[in-house]
Amino acid sequence: MIEARHLTKTFRDKKRGAIVAVDDVSFTCRPGQIYGLLGANGAGKTTTLRLLATLLQPTSGSATVSGHDVTAEPGKVRANVGFLAASTALYGRLTAREMVTYFGRLNGMDDDAITRRLHQLADELDMHEFLDRRCEKFSTGMKQKTSIARTLIHDPAVMIFDEPTLGLDVMTARSIVRFVRDCRDRGKTVIYSTHVMSEVEKLCDLIGIIHGGRLVAEGTLAQLQQRFGERDMEEIFVKAVGGEAALAAALKN
Amino acid sequence: MTWRYILTVYLKELKDSLRDRRTLISMIVVPTLIIPVLMFGVGTIMTKVIKQAREEGSSIVIVGGADSPGVVGGLKAAKNFHVLADPGDFKQLISDKKIRAAVEIPPHFEASLKEADGSSATVTIYHYEGELKSSLGVNELEKYFGELREKAVEARLAGRGLPVGLVKPFEVKRQNVAPPEKVGGNVIGGFIPYIIIILCFTGAMYPAMDLTAGEKERGTMETLLCSPVNRLNIVLGKFLMVLTAAITTMVLSLLSMGLSAALGISFFAGSQVPAAGGSGGGAIPLIDPLGLVGVFAMVLPVAVFFAALLLAISLFAKSYKEAQSYVSPLIIVVIMPAVVGMLPGIELTAKTSMVPILSLSLVCKEMLSGVWHWNFIALIFGSSCLYAAIALAFAVRMFNREDVMFRA
Repeated sequence: MIEARHLTKTFRDKKRGAIVAVDDVSFTCRPGQIYGLLGANGAGKTTTLRLLATLLQPTSGSATVSGHDVTAEPGKVRANVGFLAASTALYGRLTAREMVTYFGRLNGMDDDAITRRLHQLADELDMHEFLDRRCEKFSTGMKQKTSIARTLIHDPAVMIFDEPTLGLDVMTARSIVRFVRDCRDRGKTVIYSTHVMSEVEKLCDLIGIIHGGRLVAEGTLAQLQQRFGERDMEEIFVKAVGGEAALAAALKN
Repeated sequence: MTWRYILTVYLKELKDSLRDRRTLISMIVVPTLIIPVLMFGVGTIMTKVIKQAREEGSSIVIVGGADSPGVVGGLKAAKNFHVLADPGDFKQLISDKKIRAAVEIPPHFEASLKEADGSSATVTIYHYEGELKSSLGVNELEKYFGELREKAVEARLAGRGLPVGLVKPFEVKRQNVAPPEKVGGNVIGGFIPYIIIILCFTGAMYPAMDLTAGEKERGTMETLLCSPVNRLNIVLGKFLMVLTAAITTMVLSLLSMGLSAALGISFFAGSQVPAAGGSGGGAIPLIDPLGLVGVFAMVLPVAVFFAALLLAISLFAKSYKEAQSYVSPLIIVVIMPAVVGMLPGIELTAKTSMVPILSLSLVCKEMLSGVWHWNFIALIFGSSCLYAAIALAFAVRMFNREDVMFRA
């Protein structure tokens, strides 16, 4: 379960002054549900997810992840979260096994538990063939599988995905989407950020449209279609953010 | 702070670094291979060049001297001189390094030596200041004419029936009282801390950049920060790795320097290494082993200071390249106090004990000469520990700063 209440994050920039990256964002994401955070580049998706993963601290507002407050108990929050982003890379000089084992240990697991869990994950993700090879020589698909195993080693209740398909080929992107669905089906709380409309349509139970740091619309696909009078997700998105001109202005900033 | 997690991070960083070619080169290859190659290579070349220069004899020209055939003949007959026939433009010849020196013999020189009236003539030697071969030529000419002068004095005294002791009322003799290890401390004691300080810094430099800015650039820093481990544990694990690299580089360098020196001495001097406490004068300088232990103990907090400072500074950078541009100029900052410590007149005082690297350089020199100023040692160790703690606290603070960790 993720609950964000009036979450706000302001950055200080020497040239531009105070920048409100996340502005009074509130939403709830329940177990067995995928919450899609849809927004253009720079809309505040990554900052929101980093706040939930306790990589950043909110300027104001609060959030709880699996019942733990992100400010008061950041360690406990991270212990319950699997965070996968395009920016979370692998250690090239470690093998897949060493990489996953390292994160198991950092999550406080003992070596026996790690071995058992890794075997299970390698079965599920078909990783046995490259488990003892160094990550630097991996194909994109192998890297993604290893990253997934890394996020799942401690079997977290909450999964946070920040544009996980960014820059991936179709096959790898599809396997990621399949994996995200799997997480939901196992009863995990999933939050998924993207700017790809089709992914949101296919995947998300609840959609939040974020623009200029603010959550401008929220609902199921059907609810959003009804509210904006459009069938296509892209049209819904453009309407929700205030038209093409507003979107272009935001992207320019 | 949890040791289990610190150790987990440290062991991973150690494994990762040992698989990195660049770290291996800076930590192991440079200190163990480059130093002996430099010491042996440069040493061999220098010995050869000097030996060759001595053996080939000095090419000189004699200006004047037509009425002093004895002196000219003596110079021509001497094995260590090649006398060129035509003096020509001898100054140009010296400048062009065709000859090492020229000697101008004044008119009636030989005749004036035989005169008993005490008249004095001037022999002028022309040379090229700062040129090695030219100075060798000058030395040989001075030696030749010095001996000639002595003979002339003896002849004049004998002519008047006076004893030689008349102009030599006493002799001046040098006698060394310093034991060999103290000679070593003074001769190379200033040099060793300087080398240690630099190697300690350069050894820490590469891993510090790789473990911070390098990780940010490769995108693994965010992965690591997603783990539940407290950032303090992560910093300490990384810091221990950088410290390991600094100390390994230093220890390997010292070992390889010691071995190269020992091998070099037996190689160049025909395996005649005198034992400690042997004859003082002319002995190969030895270092007090206890002094070396002291140096290690004193360097430790400075190594901690370097490791923490380098970690904090490189953490600020977004990329490895950016980190290099911050860290490289620091080498000069580190070298300067170390060099100042080698200058004469810069002594260990309460004030200099508080200057980070300078104090280490000064106290190590003293310890290697067998002098233990316990009050200064305590003061320096204490202040170094304080600086190290400040640097480590700074590194931890940097790790907890969002604007540093996620600098856009």
